[in-house]
This record gives sequence, C-alpha cells and structure tokens, in this order.
Amino acid sequence: MITIKNLYKTYRTNEIETPVLRGIDLIVKEGEFLGIMGKSGAGKSTLMYQVGLLDHPTSGEIVLNGINTEKMTKEERTEMRLSTLGYVFQDYALIPELTASENVMVPLLMQGLDLKEAKKISDGVLSSMGLAERVENKPSQLSGGEQQRVSIARAMAHNPKILFADEPTANLDSISGVAVMELFKEIHRKGQTIVMVTHEEEYAKYCERIVYLEDGKIVREIKSK
Amino acid sequence: MKGNTLRVGWFLAKRQIVGSSKATTLLIIFIMLLTYLNLVVVSGILVGTIQGIVNTIQEKYLGDVFISTLKNSRYIERTPEMVSFIKTLPQVENITVRYTESGVIDAKYKEIQKSKEIHDTVATSIAGIVPSEEDMATNLREMITEGEYLADDDYDQVMMGASLFRRYLDIESDIYSVLDDDVVIGSKVMISIGDIKREVTVKGIIQTKVDEIDRRVFFTANQFRNLVGRYDYSANEMMINIKKDTDPIAVKNTIIGAGYGKYAKIQTALDAEPQFVKDMRDTFAMLGNIISSIGLVVAAITVFIVIFINAITRRKFIGILKGIGISNFSIEFSYIIQSVFYAVCGILIGVLIIFLLLKPFFAENPIEYPFGDGILVAEVSGTTIRAMILLIATIVAGYIPARMVVKQNTLDSILGR
Repeated sequence: MITIKNLYKTYRTNEIETPVLRGIDLIVKEGEFLGIMGKSGAGKSTLMYQVGLLDHPTSGEIVLNGINTEKMTKEERTEMRLSTLGYVFQDYALIPELTASENVMVPLLMQGLDLKEAKKISDGVLSSMGLAERVENKPSQLSGGEQQRVSIARAMAHNPKILFADEPTANLDSISGVAVMELFKEIHRKGQTIVMVTHEEEYAKYCERIVYLEDGKIVREIKSK
Repeated sequence: MKGNTLRVGWFLAKRQIVGSSKATTLLIIFIMLLTYLNLVVVSGILVGTIQGIVNTIQEKYLGDVFISTLKNSRYIERTPEMVSFIKTLPQVENITVRYTESGVIDAKYKEIQKSKEIHDTVATSIAGIVPSEEDMATNLREMITEGEYLADDDYDQVMMGASLFRRYLDIESDIYSVLDDDVVIGSKVMISIGDIKREVTVKGIIQTKVDEIDRRVFFTANQFRNLVGRYDYSANEMMINIKKDTDPIAVKNTIIGAGYGKYAKIQTALDAEPQFVKDMRDTFAMLGNIISSIGLVVAAITVFIVIFINAITRRKFIGILKGIGISNFSIEFSYIIQSVFYAVCGILIGVLIIFLLLKPFFAENPIEYPFGDGILVAEVSGTTIRAMILLIATIVAGYIPARMVVKQNTLDSILGR
C-alpha cells in the first residue's frame, strides 16, 4: 500500500539546512495499522506530511497505492489526497462556520456527490460514530472528543485507501483519547490502512506495528501483540 | 471536476456568508452601496446639471426639431406652406411659430416727456406668438410668475420675460440691462421696433430660466404681424415637438427632403444646442467619470482589504481544505462568490434608492441654478454599465487576495508557518 525508499527531508531557512528525515525506508501493507513514535523533533509528523502528500520530500521515493508520487503534478496530488487519502489532525482542523455534517460533506461534494447524497452519507458516518444528535452543531458547540470524531468521520466518509492521523489524541483527555482510539480500532478491523503518529505509549498499543524514529531515522520497529 | 469545483466553492461561500459577522457583512454591503451611489449619482448630478438646462431649453424653446432663419435671411420664406407640410407629418405632435424683431422697451417714456430724465429702457427681442399654440408646445402658461398668460385675442397687452426686470435679475451690464422695479402688472410700457412705437400694458411675467424666452417681450402673433407689417406670415422660428419614440433626425430629414432646407435652417434640438452646452456636458461627464473612477478604485481596494484580511485570518482553514483535497479554484471561487454577493447587495439596494427615491426626489425637487434646474441623470443603460463595472472590479479585487493566500504552501498554511 505504501512504499517509502530512502526518503530525505531537509528544511532550509536563510541558508541554514536542518535535516529532519535522513533516509527512511518503510513499507506499509494494505489493512495495516502502523504507529510512528519518537521523541519531539524526531521527524514523525514530517514523515507523515511527506507520505500524505502535504509536503515534498527533498529526495527519495514514495509509492502510494501503486502510484509513484515523485512526478505528480500539484493537481494530481490534490486529486489523490481527495480520492485515496484521509487525514485526522491533532487539532481536529474543522472548518468553524460549517456544521459537523457540512464538514464531513465537503470532500464528498468535491468528489461529485450531490448535496442530498453527501448529506446522507455524512449523517450516516457521524451516526456510526455516536454523533447522530450533533450533526447540526458547529465545531464550537462540540467537545474536543466530539470534534475529533467529526474529524475522523470527515477523513473516513469518502472511503480512503489510507488514513493518516497526526497525534489524534494529543488534545484530548484520557477518556476521549481512548474513545478515539477505539474508533480507530473499529475502523481498522474493517480493513482500513491507518498510519498514526503518536508519542503516547498507551495509545500505540492499538497499532499492529510501531516504528520508532530518532533524528530522522527509523531506529526500532516492533509488532504489537 | 469543474462542476464540482464550482459547487464546492458555492457551498463554502454560502456557509461563510451565513456564518460571518452580520455587522461586518452589513458594513461591507454599505460600502458597496455608497460606492455604487458614488458611481451613479455623482456623475448623474454633474451631467444632470447640464442635462437639466438642455431639457429646459428643449422644452421651452427648441422642441425636438427647431427651424430658424438662414444666416443671411431675415425671415423664413414660405412659412405657411412649410407649416402646412410639417403638420401633415405623422410623427409631429405639435408646432408653434414665432415672429421676432429687435426692439426697445421704455418704461419711463411718460416722464421723459415732462422732465427729460434718463430713460428706463432695455433693448431686447420682441416676439409674436399664438399663445394657445405656444402653450400647447411649451407649457409656457405654467411659467407665469406674475399676472396672467396672454390670450389669443389680446391686443396691446404683452407678456414679458423675467430677466427684463431688476427684481428677477439683479445685475446691470451692457448686455443685461433691466427695468426698474416700478414696472409691475398693469404698467404701461412703450415698445419700439425701429420707427414703430406702441404703448402696451404688461399682462404677465414669465420665468423659464431660458434666456431666449426670459429676455423677450411677447405680443400675440396677430398684433405683432400687423405692427411690423409681416403680412406674408414669414416667421423667424418654428418649434416642432414630435411624438414619443419617433426620431427627430427622420423628421428633420423629411423636411429638408421636401426642399425647405433652402428657406430655413432645420436642426434637431441636439444640432441646435449651443456649443458651450455641448462642451460643458462633455466636461461634466468627464469630471463625473474621474470622480466615479476614484470611487471605484476605493471600492476595489476596500474589497481587496476585506477579502485579504478574511483569507489571511482563515489561512489555516484554507490549508486544511487544500489538505483534504479541495481544489485551489474551489476556495478561490468561494471568495469570488462572496465578493459578488457584497457587490450585488450593494448594487441592488443602490438601484432601489436611485430609482425609487433619488430620481423621483430630484425630479420633484430639482437643484435650482439661475440658469436652469439640475436633475439626476440615471438611465437604466448607464446604471447597468456602472453596476457591471463595479461587479467586475469587485470580482478582481476579491479574487486577487484569495489567490495570494490560496497559493501559499498547504502545509505552511495548516501549521501557521
């Protein structure tokens, strides 16, 4: 599903080069739930941004769902993010003036569904995540846990091949955090490929496999029991 | 994909407009309204100042087609034949014929006989009209400010223009001499046309703000023709009004085509308009356009700033939308729709204010100038063109800042870098 070969990412600011990823090689199989762990500054999020096509690596190769992303145009990358990938961000990243339902509908509309269809799917996904009563609420009217579930619903509504989650529990209390992880577990059980960045060991146990990053390199890899 | 792009843009714009601060939205719409009014009303009043004068000259003096003497002729030859021909034209609504001569009014002709004191005289134009026909063509009766309008069978009674009196035109110059205020309705004055002298009674005073009328003394046509011996009915001016939605040029050409161009100068009102009026109209229109253009630039900058601030404060969400696969143009289009919304609201309110409030108000209460009445010129075509200009300027002013923000790196936008 995901093949990463010799991936490097170096940030340049005023002639100062800061290497963040230094030769990552990684394969993620279809249906796998992969955790990326490491200390702050290890390059976890940077790795996810490169693989999730939100940023361009300095060098190396990323193959997603059989497609080499290196020479993709901007439009093709946007199209792939829409059709193949789903994102859950640390701070939920919901659009404040849209209701929960509308937040989930946006990518569906972009895919060509009409308003009615998109609303039906959106409300269905939100209901399956225990938010049936909250579909018409705006993000400001939802708790952190609820907002993150809306964010997951938005990421999942269009059935992406790969779901990326960047520290999805970082802003949540432990109860909400567990609820979100249980949701991921449920989604994964249905065959969803998930790549999750976290620095919390208690949530990493939900992953099938965990790779540890240190100074931009994979230093360890363990399989969950 | 293009359809989805526009649909998502529309969806986002709608939600953003509904979700945005009502006060901010109203303020932006108010700015657009003021801009539109500035575009239409400022130039409309400037042009209207001249147009008001032109309209008055046309209504009271020139008509739609104006016939006058040729350069080296004293009269219009074959006047009765020409009038008969003109009356047969289907486009013609009415016609009034005027006979004129230069003359002098003397208000103190009795005193001079006794004491040799200085005359109270004014050199002016003496005209003969058929009062009912003139009124039909010009509504001159409504312009009476003192006394009464002439009747067709009045004899030794005259109607005088207000600009012949000091109380109406308080200036004295070689060009504009005026009569003292002791000349009132019922006063007797001596009219001299060459060697012909006639004592007449002032029956009425008219004020039209058209110099050619307000500096004249009017006799009935019958008495005037007899007085000056114009027995062949040769006139000096003919004013023709045509029916609504007919073309004055066609009427003019028909009269010329019938051979009457040899005997008189036949012009449309536009041809007959004095050159200075044409120049003033062009100058005022240019001034109006300059002021409007400044207003347009200010409006465009306002929309630019509003959209830029909106987009820059929403940069993170724009990044997120891009991150989840929403195309750049969808997001840009949402800002275009917002700009259009502000502009259309401002324009619609502006149109209502102009056509339901300002135009009727200025029509009822024209701006009074000594030389004419200023109106608001706001034609449907002109206001539509200005609306389109404002709309285009707004779209461009909304699109550019949105594009600037949308173009930024997606990840940098999401992370606020």
